[in-house]
Amino acid sequence: MEESAGCRLFLSTACFSPVTFLEARMIPVSYYLILSGIVFLTGLVGVLIRRNIIAILLSVELMLNATNINFVAFSHHLQDLGGQVFVFFALTVAAAEVAVGLAIIIALHRSRSTINVEEFNLLKW
Amino acid sequence: MSLVFFGYFAGMIALTSMLVVALRNPVYSALSLLVMFFHVAGLFVILHAEFLAAVQVIVYAGAILVLYLFVVMLLNVKQDDRYHSQWLVAAVVCVPLLIESIVLLSGGAGATDQTSPSFRSGPHDAIAADNTLAIGKTLFSTYLFPFEVASLVLLVAMIGAIVLAKRDFSEGREL
Repeated sequence: MEESAGCRLFLSTACFSPVTFLEARMIPVSYYLILSGIVFLTGLVGVLIRRNIIAILLSVELMLNATNINFVAFSHHLQDLGGQVFVFFALTVAAAEVAVGLAIIIALHRSRSTINVEEFNLLKW
Repeated sequence: MSLVFFGYFAGMIALTSMLVVALRNPVYSALSLLVMFFHVAGLFVILHAEFLAAVQVIVYAGAILVLYLFVVMLLNVKQDDRYHSQWLVAAVVCVPLLIESIVLLSGGAGATDQTSPSFRSGPHDAIAADNTLAIGKTLFSTYLFPFEVASLVLLVAMIGAIVLAKRDFSEGREL
């Protein structure tokens, strides 16, 4: 009974949703966790080993995207929209972070005329 | 079928994210990040988050990455970007994390597959039917206060970016 109702609902949504045939319900959520773990680790390595500040900020973007993948995967897994709303807020904060970070990079480049991280050791003891 | 799409998107995301870190020229890094953003948007479409896929393309690929490219071209970066001297610290931090995640996922992946009945029995209409409508209703009812705080964050970021990137008044007069 319930199965058939769900099936009918599924078929009715298939009319106006062009991606329903993809049937994402087959993919276990652990695959998404592995993917976002890989991307997050890549971003972490990038933050630690790159010397260009712009590359470091790009790696921070990688880590934010990894968490976004996680949020959306769990939002789909648990059938809860809160995860997607949180991704929306994370995207807002990412935009703000990029604007302020790039402004700081421009100010740094103006004062020291380099964007190499190892040149900025003024606060070192 | 869906596994093929997921495999394509996941492989491209992993590959381009490694290229972001590995490529030396920041312009190439930013462009591979652009490819990664598009594939993440495709992954969101698979997960029935169509609104977020559109926002991902518009905001990330359209706005943030253009900002990055502007700054890269404005600063005229030299290409001699070797890796940081603290790569040993990076290895010490990240290799245990990688091993830990591999151990956790290889131990726990099989168990979570069988104990996830919500994929089949859960009500699927909340997200699949009309994603944008549902997100809008949730955003303006439950998350109304965080939404307003987000607008405040954007305002502060805008003012801060202008103040930080602007030349000083005295310096401007001298020039």
